[in-house]
Amino acid sequence: MGELKKVEIVLPISHPSLGAMGKTGIWRVFKPVIDLSKCIKCWQCWLYCPEDAIVKEEDHPKIDYEYCKGCGVCKEVCRVGAIDMVREG
Amino acid sequence: MGEWELINTNQAAAHAARLVRAAVIPAYPITPQTTVVETIEEFIHRGFMDAEYIRVESEHSAMAAAIGAAASGVRTFTATSSQGLLYMSEVVFWAAGSRLPIGMVIVDRAVGPPWNIHADHQDAMSQRDSGWLQMFVSSAQEALDSVIMMYKVAENPEVLLPFMVCIDAFILSHTYMPVNIPDQAEVDSFLPAYKPPHWVLDPNSPVDMGNLVMPTEDYMEMRWSIHASMKRAKELLDKTSREFAEKFGRDHGGSVKAVNLEDADVAIVALGTLSSEAEYALEHIDVARTGLLKVRMFRPFPREEVIRLLKDKDVVVVLDRSISFSHSGPLAMEVRSALYGISEAPKIVNFIAGLGGRDVTYRDIVSMVNFAVKVPKDEVLPCYWYGLKDRIRNLGWEEVI
Repeated sequence: MGELKKVEIVLPISHPSLGAMGKTGIWRVFKPVIDLSKCIKCWQCWLYCPEDAIVKEEDHPKIDYEYCKGCGVCKEVCRVGAIDMVREG
Repeated sequence: MGEWELINTNQAAAHAARLVRAAVIPAYPITPQTTVVETIEEFIHRGFMDAEYIRVESEHSAMAAAIGAAASGVRTFTATSSQGLLYMSEVVFWAAGSRLPIGMVIVDRAVGPPWNIHADHQDAMSQRDSGWLQMFVSSAQEALDSVIMMYKVAENPEVLLPFMVCIDAFILSHTYMPVNIPDQAEVDSFLPAYKPPHWVLDPNSPVDMGNLVMPTEDYMEMRWSIHASMKRAKELLDKTSREFAEKFGRDHGGSVKAVNLEDADVAIVALGTLSSEAEYALEHIDVARTGLLKVRMFRPFPREEVIRLLKDKDVVVVLDRSISFSHSGPLAMEVRSALYGISEAPKIVNFIAGLGGRDVTYRDIVSMVNFAVKVPKDEVLPCYWYGLKDRIRNLGWEEVI
């Protein structure tokens, strides 16, 4: 098999990294806004956010607007109506 | 060495899965499934085999589960047939692109409509360009041995592609033959445990497999990589087959097997059980000195061997158990393409025969060779249909003989 050339295995593998697609917050049309006076800290919004854009900040959820695409899932799952979707200006 | 048992090829394939220590077997157990996975299930329940058996809801899911299992770094095996393979097809391509050396036995059956569970290569041929290594065998022993050999080839760090070992329905799948079942220790020393050198699913180090790539990124490079690995697989199969023959004392040939070809003027080229029937036909052919080229590996295609062994023949008779409609049989297309451009290239005559399990006996093969020798070289049609009913033959088409 002496003079065989090397085969490079090219794989369709990528490693997740923050912001690989850029700042996806600019895709947003409606912005979720949390009214912390209503929030009961049930963490459903944090659990359901498909973009991992809601983080636990001390005792309350905080939205990372640089990557939140404004999908509204957090508003849908909020059981006390503490999240409003506000049109971006 | 080993133990002799009288078993059919489905059972031989199940023994192979056990002997390679396949750790996960995802299978959809309903028609067109075969007793390959049924036998494996029995092995596991009798404590004869240690594997995770996943009963899924479709063949599509069976291959998806196989991809997940193989990506977690374990040896994975499944089996399917005809419609099951077609339904699986989308994920068949994903398995190759993910570079996972999954093993699968295909019981080659006709595709519908109409329903027909008999021998026909159309199912496997439909997956020709999926990136899977494809081998066709012609005995239960060869099926068992080939599964073991193919894991060794497929798991090579320069190959990393899935493979199918194709067995003809009923003629092989349900036919009982004496089979030597090797000892576990012998197989273990031939085939080391699978250690993926390229990627594994690991929750502590997450990866994204098959994400979107743009035309400027590596899509084309990935396709080339499969192409290059497949060529490497052919060289490795020839080497692995020799190693296997030395260790186990059984030589099935490498990517091809030649019988009485050296002094022959006429060569028959065939896959699977058509090749074993043709081998039997050789001693009944008196029109010319005739030999056989059994093509074991269809992908990668053994182009160099075909050229080297056939270029000096007068007549090459290619038997196909499937059809690329309006053209010719898939094997004939490969053989013609390999021999194209060679001066004094042989006359290549292709017969479409045995579709849907229609019987092809050695007498039929003798008739085909007689016809092929007689037909003038400049009048050869792309293919000839052999064995159609008189009603169709009476329509007068030249290609229906």
